[in-house]
Amino acid sequence: MAPVLQSSQPWVEKYRPKQVKDVAHQEEVVRVLTNTLETANCPHMLFYGPPGTGKTTTALAIAHQLFGPELYKSRVLELNASDDRGINVVRTKIKDFAAVAVGSNNRQGGYPCPSFKIIILDEADSMTEDAQNALRRTMETYSKVTRFFFICNYISRIIEPLASRCAKFRFKPLSEEVMTNRILHICNEEGLNLGGEALSTLSSISQGDLRRAITYLQSAARLFGSTITSTDLLDVSGVVPLEVVKRLFTACKSGDFDIANKEVDDIVAEGYPASQIINQLFDIVVEAGDDITDKQKAQICKCLAETDKRLVDGADEYLQLLDVASNTIRALSEMAQDF
Amino acid sequence: MLWVDKYRPKSLDKVVVHEDIAQNLKKLVTEQDCPHLLFYGPSGSGKKTLIVALLKQIYGASAEKVKVENRAWKIDAGSRTLDLELTILSSTNHVELTPSDAGFQDRYIVQEIIKEMAKNRPIDTKGKKGYKVLVLNEVDKLSREAQHSLRRTMEKYSSSCRLILCCNSSSKVTEAIKSRCLNVRINAPSKEEIVKVLEFIAKKESLQLPQGFAARIAEKSNRSLRRAILSLETCRVQNYPFTDNQVISPMDWEEYVAEIATDMMREQSPKSLFQVRGKVYELLVNCIPPEVIMKRLLHELLKKLDSELKLEVCHWAAYYEHRMRLGQKAIFHIEAFVAKFMSIYKNFLISTFG
Repeated sequence: MAPVLQSSQPWVEKYRPKQVKDVAHQEEVVRVLTNTLETANCPHMLFYGPPGTGKTTTALAIAHQLFGPELYKSRVLELNASDDRGINVVRTKIKDFAAVAVGSNNRQGGYPCPSFKIIILDEADSMTEDAQNALRRTMETYSKVTRFFFICNYISRIIEPLASRCAKFRFKPLSEEVMTNRILHICNEEGLNLGGEALSTLSSISQGDLRRAITYLQSAARLFGSTITSTDLLDVSGVVPLEVVKRLFTACKSGDFDIANKEVDDIVAEGYPASQIINQLFDIVVEAGDDITDKQKAQICKCLAETDKRLVDGADEYLQLLDVASNTIRALSEMAQDF
Repeated sequence: MLWVDKYRPKSLDKVVVHEDIAQNLKKLVTEQDCPHLLFYGPSGSGKKTLIVALLKQIYGASAEKVKVENRAWKIDAGSRTLDLELTILSSTNHVELTPSDAGFQDRYIVQEIIKEMAKNRPIDTKGKKGYKVLVLNEVDKLSREAQHSLRRTMEKYSSSCRLILCCNSSSKVTEAIKSRCLNVRINAPSKEEIVKVLEFIAKKESLQLPQGFAARIAEKSNRSLRRAILSLETCRVQNYPFTDNQVISPMDWEEYVAEIATDMMREQSPKSLFQVRGKVYELLVNCIPPEVIMKRLLHELLKKLDSELKLEVCHWAAYYEHRMRLGQKAIFHIEAFVAKFMSIYKNFLISTFG
């Protein structure tokens, strides 16, 4: 039977858990929040962890469960990095919203409806420090009527005074088992045919990021139809085939610059993204056996880190890859490191 | 009409080089709703051709009636109003633009135009293609802020507007955008494929290709199909019928860079540096992008160097190219590289030959 793939809604949205208790693999958070639902009281919260582990989902789910569809609009303010979030917004929009008093604690339609509002600041680590500073006082002044939920990837980018005002929850990357269950569930719903090999490929390329796994799955389903093999998944994920990276590494090992240069030429012509090559080269170097000393590994990693930064700055891929190759050759053949 | 345009495949069925990708794309738009797409690959690999063919597949012949216009926007950004002007290409169903032309104000353009498109939804009698397509070129040159603001906008207006993004390197596109698009990697055509295309064109133009001539052009083209076709046409103009040992002339700027490299190898002194500077300026004035000059210069130098120096030189090329990206004036950094090279080379000469 042909699968139904008409809906344009991303599966990530379609299969987003609607209730806190459905959030997979984050037991502590779920326990605390279920408690919140019963007592209708909660502290300020700070969710942090790698992408695709359910931070936003949890925040949205708890907000929905607390207020229900009717009150949701008036009680919850959701801001993310796409909205303008400079210091002006903190001073006006957030403060105005926070200042509004809300009615007493009466249950409506089976929802707890506690007597506070919620402000969800998604991707809070991209807020400027000034904007974060401006929030400090606001948080305390209106703490009777407003709760803040901060969501971020890197807790180190949240200033200390804000972090200390919140209950912190770390979201851990999903284990393979949890991920597999979820993916299989989606496959069943969508009528997809996913083999065991493809399944393990999917969980290895997505590295604990469930959103990425689901996106890959959907892309593959759109391109290749209902039967998906592991090569299809590699194709859509943009992961460079392992042989390509291995060839580059072997070329560097041989110590011959011209061979390495040719490999780099090929990689650029094939259109593989340099950042991805660097990631995978890093894995190979770290997992390499005893024929490479720790010192050599460290030297290569240092140069990979440098290159990553340069690529983010927008440097040219070809030149950077060539630099990586030349540094690796020098590290492996134990030439002097500094010029 | 140039052959490059004349023989550009007009529909997905006629695409020769990336046949499998074309078939997949066709399946994608005929069977079901089209997702956002991100095309990436080196230049001359056929990204644009595929996009144009894809648009035709979606909208039929009307996608080909394109008009160019210079549009001005008045954008209200908080305390001040911005006046922006940009050239856009549009047909009834799609808009194409290069937002990075707007410099650091690119994010306003992106948001504004997407909102505008979302407001004027096309009325389709069949009610099937209820969306417009926005083609954005060079997304890798978009600023970080613009990319950030794009991600929410993409989701918000996805019911009425599809994005097709096109770029050379996907490393510079943020993960957030990549994960919202279907990524399509377009690799550069292999030499055999280029030869095939060249032979096809020769047949259509009823030219006699000597044995191995197409292969030589393909060899010189750096796996860029566009370049291969252009040089075939150049050769045709220069000398026809083709002779077996006809020279395939390189681009004149490449020769010029080779000349610079020779200068640098011949003499390492402030005087020679000054001369090189003049030549580099000449190239920049003629609108050769600085990173292209840098890459070509390195390429030329590597051909002539001893292998122990190659490692060092390419390290410094990468170093100065990065600094060039961060800085404002490209000439400083190219010159710094030239000076660095001269000092390395001179040291090397002194230590070997005394």
